[in-house]
Amino acid sequence: MNRTFLTRRNAEPAALADVPLVQIDVFRTAVLDAVRDECRVVSFFAREVVDAIELVAVLADETTSELGFVRSRINEDRFESLTPECPQVQLFEREIAEQFGIEPAGHPWLKPVRFQQSWRPGHSVFGETLPGVTDFFRVEGDEIHEVAVGPVHAGVIEPGHFRFQCHGEHVFHLETALGYQHRGIERALIGGPSAKTIHYMETAAGDSTIGHTLAYAQAVEALTGTRVPARAQVLRGIALELERLANHTGDLGALSGDVAYLPAAAACGRTRGDYLNLTAELCGSRFGRGFVRPGGVLFDLPADRIDALTERLQAATRDTVDSAALLWTTPSVIERFENTGTIDTDVCDEIGMVGVPARACGRGIDVRHDFPFGVYRFVHIPVMTAYHGDVNSRAFVRWLELQRSADFVAQQMHRLPATPVRADVAASLAPDSIVASLTEGWRGEICHVAITDAEGRFARYKITDPSFHNWFGVALALRNGQISDFPLCNKSFNLSYCGHDL
Amino acid sequence: MTAVLQLLVVVLTAPLLLGVITRTKSLVAGRSGPPLLQAYYDLGKLLRKDSVLSSTTTWVFLAGPAVAVVAPLLASLLLPLAGPRAPLAFTGDLILFVYLFALSRFFTTAAALDTGSAFEGMGVARELTFAALAEPALFFGLLALARISGSLSLSSLLTVDGASWHRASAALVLIIASWFIVLLAENSRVPFDDPNTHLELTMIHEVMVLDHSGPAFGLILYGSALKLFVFSALIADVVLPRTGISLADAAATLGAVLVIGVVVGLVESSMARLRLVRVPQLLIAASLVAGFAVVLVLR
Repeated sequence: MNRTFLTRRNAEPAALADVPLVQIDVFRTAVLDAVRDECRVVSFFAREVVDAIELVAVLADETTSELGFVRSRINEDRFESLTPECPQVQLFEREIAEQFGIEPAGHPWLKPVRFQQSWRPGHSVFGETLPGVTDFFRVEGDEIHEVAVGPVHAGVIEPGHFRFQCHGEHVFHLETALGYQHRGIERALIGGPSAKTIHYMETAAGDSTIGHTLAYAQAVEALTGTRVPARAQVLRGIALELERLANHTGDLGALSGDVAYLPAAAACGRTRGDYLNLTAELCGSRFGRGFVRPGGVLFDLPADRIDALTERLQAATRDTVDSAALLWTTPSVIERFENTGTIDTDVCDEIGMVGVPARACGRGIDVRHDFPFGVYRFVHIPVMTAYHGDVNSRAFVRWLELQRSADFVAQQMHRLPATPVRADVAASLAPDSIVASLTEGWRGEICHVAITDAEGRFARYKITDPSFHNWFGVALALRNGQISDFPLCNKSFNLSYCGHDL
Repeated sequence: MTAVLQLLVVVLTAPLLLGVITRTKSLVAGRSGPPLLQAYYDLGKLLRKDSVLSSTTTWVFLAGPAVAVVAPLLASLLLPLAGPRAPLAFTGDLILFVYLFALSRFFTTAAALDTGSAFEGMGVARELTFAALAEPALFFGLLALARISGSLSLSSLLTVDGASWHRASAALVLIIASWFIVLLAENSRVPFDDPNTHLELTMIHEVMVLDHSGPAFGLILYGSALKLFVFSALIADVVLPRTGISLADAAATLGAVLVIGVVVGLVESSMARLRLVRVPQLLIAASLVAGFAVVLVLR
């Protein structure tokens, strides 16, 4: 991280005044240089200040476990785009253009992200927009045909629109158009925290409830200087890993179902329910609602239940691991998984992918390891990687990770520290501060950045779901692939629509 | 009498075959699965429903489902399922048998194209490509059987007696193997297609009927059950010896068809779908296998 940045650890607050406020060209150079030095952009957003728009960039340096902050103010409705030199900010810049009506000049493919109205009346780059109504990249030619899928799909899944440029079964290009699930979460959070805030977090991406609430809780705890009791830290870790177990298992089952391989599909479908039920034993909700709160967790795990729960966990894991192992020994499955939807490691770095898809490309990035938080500061879970970047690698990484997670949960359930599970949290947040809180949800890196105003209210709250980084990867994975492999490839990423649309 | 019995068996028990396949798959996967008669319930439900017709479609759209039922029903009359002679038999009826299915395919694909949907067009392209590759396998098999039996009518050609089995067992086994692959391909079963998928981009047959609803979709479902039954009965005919007693033969056919259903269920439980680009390879292999049967009987 170069010297332009203010560096902080994960969930370590800083006074806003300490974050360097530089000219836009310095800002630009600093970010580009840092990315060249193998830092990643974890968040890049704008906010409204008096008479100007402030751009804030948060970068991550895995080698030093530091997060770097830099900001810049612009007074006109445009700035020079970073995308041509740094493709991983392309979607962030489109988002800034959409939210604040500022044009990143020179952006190669400037389109709306969520088809929302500009937050600043009178300043708009795209004007009035309707979801999905936009330009799509087109391949011309007599034998080219275009296939449009969604937003209404044949299965019960979230809405998203996919536009394929095909030559027969061969895909030249895929473009995604999302935004159908936009609920205006980020705007609703401004002025918070309020009684509603935690519920927005729980449903930002409903299948990552623990991941998002944990990121939020860490941010609030950092801004109030709360020390979370050790028992709560461990319970949060257990809940986060149970969420990972349930979703990874569900994904392996769904991948198996997508290639019509029934044995693993049926078994994983069942054991996913077992993990969800374990989460329900923790907090009464299969999806972890109402468990994590700033200061700790709302429910304790009674000592007399631990042995029974461990037994159930181990039985479920045995079934999952054994039945999913069939995937790696059945030739017809391997034939479908291998060399489908391959992403190069270079491409992965360039577009800034995170989470399981990045680890499947051999990139060992994992917030639990690189920016340890909560219980992961004391207990390390090995980072699992694979090397081919295809559907097989993404499935295999999930299979490896769920075994590590199950070990972790089984071990930690017997090592719960004897402390309370919740600490009191001060009523007001530190004023004029900024904090970036990262967690490793089951999809990958979840980043929440909170900026408070002079009264200690949220002046800006930026949520970045791993899906936001990875959707571009799905589009690139399909290049020169078969259109009939799209569902399989899409499932191997299994990204969130609502986490992207917010 | 025989004709009525045969028609009754085909018309009434065809949907049961779907139930047997589904039940087999459920049991192998460790689930209890839907009832055996689920396909009947589905048909009953669909027939009571309303249909939604797109305003861009014409009469062709409804002709598809109608022909999809009539064609396999007519084809079943050419097979000797209950007794030594089929209700309809004449020299060269094997050509009619094969092209009745082609006719049905023509109307199904025309109905799909009638909607003007990009998906359905994609399904049509896949269906026609794979059908063209499956046809030689069917014909090579029939050719070999014609040579073995010295007849060009399905009734005598499919009545394979002990002597023929003794003389040409290798060729017969090859024909059965090849036709089983054709059965899976023609009836959109795994590994060619996945009848249960909801993923429109991977579908072959299902994607062509996405716009049909209510009774029209019910007809399509029933038509595909009939088609699966007729293909299974075709293979059963080659395998089974004939007693000459209608009732016994009809029962034997039904039993064999249901056994084939179980085999299909087992295949679907034990392997994944092929990548779409690999489908032609397997179909060409099926044609080669049947072609080899012809070579064996020509020597």
